[in-house]
Amino acid sequence: MSGNGHAAEADGLVQDGRVHRAVYVDPTIFEREMRQLFGRAWLYLGHESQIPNPGDYFTTRMARENVIVARHRDGAVHVLFNRCRHRGAVLCADASGHAPRFVCCYHGWTYDTDGALVDVPLPEGYPGGAPTSPGHDLARVKRVESYRGFIFASLAADGPALAEFLGAMTTSIDDLVDRSPTGEVVVAGGISKHAYNGNWKLVFENNNDLLHPHFVHASSIAAARERERASPGEGPGRVAMRQMLANGAPMPVWEGLGLWTQRFGHSFMGDFHDRRTFPVDPDDPVEAEYRTRLTARVGAARAAEILAVGRFNSIVYPSLSFMSMFRQLRVVHPIAVDRTEIHTHTFRMVGAPERMFRDSIAFANTVNGVGSLVLTDDLETYERIQLGLATQGGDWVELGRGLGGDVADAGGMLRGATGTSEIHVRNQFAAWRHYMAGPES
Amino acid sequence: MTPELAAIEAFLVREAALLDGRKLEEWLGLFTEDARYWLPISPDQDSGTEQLSLIYDDRALLEMRVRRAQHSLFHAQRPPSRTVHLVSNVRLAEEQPAGALAVLSNQLIVEYRNGKSRSYAGTCRHELAPGGAAGFRIRLKRLDLIDADGVHEGITVIL
Repeated sequence: MSGNGHAAEADGLVQDGRVHRAVYVDPTIFEREMRQLFGRAWLYLGHESQIPNPGDYFTTRMARENVIVARHRDGAVHVLFNRCRHRGAVLCADASGHAPRFVCCYHGWTYDTDGALVDVPLPEGYPGGAPTSPGHDLARVKRVESYRGFIFASLAADGPALAEFLGAMTTSIDDLVDRSPTGEVVVAGGISKHAYNGNWKLVFENNNDLLHPHFVHASSIAAARERERASPGEGPGRVAMRQMLANGAPMPVWEGLGLWTQRFGHSFMGDFHDRRTFPVDPDDPVEAEYRTRLTARVGAARAAEILAVGRFNSIVYPSLSFMSMFRQLRVVHPIAVDRTEIHTHTFRMVGAPERMFRDSIAFANTVNGVGSLVLTDDLETYERIQLGLATQGGDWVELGRGLGGDVADAGGMLRGATGTSEIHVRNQFAAWRHYMAGPES
Repeated sequence: MTPELAAIEAFLVREAALLDGRKLEEWLGLFTEDARYWLPISPDQDSGTEQLSLIYDDRALLEMRVRRAQHSLFHAQRPPSRTVHLVSNVRLAEEQPAGALAVLSNQLIVEYRNGKSRSYAGTCRHELAPGGAAGFRIRLKRLDLIDADGVHEGITVIL
């Protein structure tokens, strides 16, 4: 299909206030998304605290490409395709580790942590000259940039710089980092992984959807309300109960929340917790101690400014969904048109009271754990959507809530008419159409 | 098998039967007030409070889990699952904690729901405190799945 053909196709699939169900279920569209969208956009890979020292590395995926993210001895972070240049074996089989060199298991080709080929066994066996650097270095991902320790990469040689791509989303990353009393956050507590049998777009649509909790999470909200009459104790049940109560906020709360979008499909929402439902009670001594430590570093005025930011979830389309106030981050990996994998990271605020990290772990298990009382109903919903959209009975998915009511706001952002507007989904599809209509990568 | 181990095994088999029979309130009654129900995300994980878990419930959360399981709008259990637990290789742990009996068993749980079957296999550690009608109350139930660090779909039954 020609470039214009793709533009026409994308225009036909994404219309004002609705999208064709094919975008969720058609494998050929998924293949094109891998090239046009995931092949171009900046994708989140991980945080620099995961590789603090030279030789530290972790492996991950950019869409379906296996990559190594390694810190070289000069401190630079390199993103390398995880594939030996000799006969193609995956070079690095571990999820993370430390290695001065990467040695292929097959014939011992050896690479430095910046991808440079440094050794080939029996080089005299090549009559025309043995392979050398840089011609046979590991292939490097075209562009790598960090923002405050958050590492992004793009498979495309050209495109907007990371700062332009992120735009006002940097304020959400700032929110996550600035809350630390030392200004430092580190990934801690392991990485949990879950998957659902549904399209990758569904999780991004749901994560900033403020109408769904009342319906999807009805059972856990009811369980928490019942529990609230007894003592929730001081363990993980306290954090879980408060979050599940928060999901049961009355409709006017959801309607009144801010939901902002910007270019490239990104969005963030306001926060809906109150005294009763915030994971930590404002009068808790731990909370007081935390505020004291933060104030000691930045001063009272700046501390108040930092703590006044209320932002439950932010989406950097199409790879990252994170809860800056609660230090949770989810990396979304598309596997197939009907299969998506999600990795959850939790951050520790260096210098904060220890219990705050334990609360973060409990919070992550509550909202992002695969056995959680909350997430499991989201996953069920995604799978029902996928099954539903694969059947006939209407070709269009309706995205008209709040259509026409978007309000221009600071920083070039648009705000939904109400918190339950589907503005963020329409905005994701505007970006989707832009990527998909472009010339073939 | 010693009479003591036979009694423990009978207790574990009964606990599993309560889960398979969906007698969750009765199952909950087997646990102490300070109990933990834990599915770690990695082998040899040493903390449920400082590291992520598939599930890490204290008594309050476990009670909410049981209440929710009985709610008509628990979407991920409509239709409900059926499970069968196989409990075997019951033995005492080499190192025993204070105030409780640590018992290991191998468990294979098969779940059927909505046209699909799925299995969970792992080593289960029970820490049993004296008490209760059966002679034991569960202080800890920790199930280390062999694929703990793998990628899981939603876990909506109690294992």
